[in-house]
Amino acid sequence: MDLRSRSQDSLQVVSVHDSRIDAAVAIEFKEAMRTATDNENDTVVLDLSEVQFIDSSGLGAIVAAMKQMGQSRKLALAGLTPTVEKVFRLTRMDSVFPVFATLDGALTELKH
Amino acid sequence: MTRTTFLPAFHISVVSGRLAVRQALAELLDGLKPLALDVEEAGTVELVMAEALNNIVEHAYPETDAAGAIDITCAHHADGLHLTVIDSGRAMPDGQTPVGTAADIEVDLCDMPEGGFGWFLIKDLAKDVTYKRHDAQNRLRLRLAVALA
Repeated sequence: MDLRSRSQDSLQVVSVHDSRIDAAVAIEFKEAMRTATDNENDTVVLDLSEVQFIDSSGLGAIVAAMKQMGQSRKLALAGLTPTVEKVFRLTRMDSVFPVFATLDGALTELKH
Repeated sequence: MTRTTFLPAFHISVVSGRLAVRQALAELLDGLKPLALDVEEAGTVELVMAEALNNIVEHAYPETDAAGAIDITCAHHADGLHLTVIDSGRAMPDGQTPVGTAADIEVDLCDMPEGGFGWFLIKDLAKDVTYKRHDAQNRLRLRLAVALA
């Protein structure tokens, strides 16, 4: 699981450089997110623009990543491709996470 | 445009394991290429079949059991794709598929569900879902209303 993390405009951006977050990599993704978000940043933007497919295990891993960050921090999602967007919409998880069409849009909206 | 020709039925067989689902989905989507499904339709096919196959790898052939075959048949008719998935693993509990109700997300962060979305997605996106246990095999059938005539 290739996650790359950087700071930008006082936000932390974690970009997923894999085309799938599915059952085969869900646990690995959750652990990689734990490492990537083990810091003091209040807001993490998960850039999903390279992810073409997510299944319910991948969705569960993203929920787990949000939960392990704790109540006081925010995990926002950016750059959802059509099938990824469909999974979040059908499960109504798009109402649990702040969702942005593009990473630029997320940065503009969330930067302090 | 009215569709007058249908894709001939085709079969896919994989052995359960960590990458079995990815392999089966890649072969399925490859087999469907002549239909030129749009991203919405292809996403529906991939998502429903991913959930159905993940359930088999996780529950019918759990890691403690021997690996086994998963056979998929895909037939194209006027009302969409008819998919049959057969495995020889453990039966569904109670001999039926889970109801697949939507997970409750009006809860505190710590109670937010991390699973239980799979059957909801299958039943939301697929039609005519049936499950039968027969001759020590699980047979799941479903229809996806894509590539309609």
